[in-house]
Amino acid sequence: MNIYLAAFLVGGAICVLGQLLIDLTPLTPAHVLTLLVVLGGITSALGWYEPLVEFAGAGATVPITSFGHSLVKGAIAEAESQGLIGALSGVFKLTSAGITSAIIFGFLVALVFKPKG
Amino acid sequence: MGKNNKVKKEYKKLSQQKSPKIPLARNVIVAFVVGGGICILGQLIGELYISLGFDPEKAGDPTVATLIFVASVLTGLGIYDKFAQFAGAGTAVPVTGFANSIVSSAMEFKSEGLVLGVGCKMFSLAGTVIVFGTVTAFFAGIIHALLG
Repeated sequence: MNIYLAAFLVGGAICVLGQLLIDLTPLTPAHVLTLLVVLGGITSALGWYEPLVEFAGAGATVPITSFGHSLVKGAIAEAESQGLIGALSGVFKLTSAGITSAIIFGFLVALVFKPKG
Repeated sequence: MGKNNKVKKEYKKLSQQKSPKIPLARNVIVAFVVGGGICILGQLIGELYISLGFDPEKAGDPTVATLIFVASVLTGLGIYDKFAQFAGAGTAVPVTGFANSIVSSAMEFKSEGLVLGVGCKMFSLAGTVIVFGTVTAFFAGIIHALLG
């Protein structure tokens, strides 16, 4: 399948899952995003998320489930090479760019812009 | 107690009657199209970085940083939140929504000061994602190290 089509379908489907959880359950959006991250982490630990990334590219790496996947992937890779301590030292190995850029851009934007409304 | 329960039941009935019905089909379609669209954008940006010489394995880092940068600026301009009201989970679930929650908290609490407002409150929404993601990853790492 074309990678752009796969990205659209898989990414769209993960967002639909989030929308259904928001609309059909009493869960708040914060609960739903938390659930999606944990789901991404668990499917990653089971070895199911990486094939999804290979199939759908950004369709699997852009949704927040990918954050859980990267956290788990980093922890497991480090646990393989370093043992138990890897569960502490590996967690943020792959997510540094995302977390750091969110903090830096968030900080700078908050300095420059005023909230609307 | 019995009377209280009856009142509660009646309130629940009334609030269900009065609260607007959720346009589920519309919400699902919009979330699908917008969320899928943001992923296509991510794919385009990723391939752009690969064509600029990034290792395909490593192109995810600048791609995520770019998406977060764009979402942060759009949040600063007030555009992302308007779009989010229309798109629901379509804008909340992608990593751009993670950036949006951080930037809007930082802006909202700016009036409480750089430290107590921006610094302390920046993760008031996004924190849960990091905490529960980290807990999941920690136990996944432990289990993996123990079971090999």
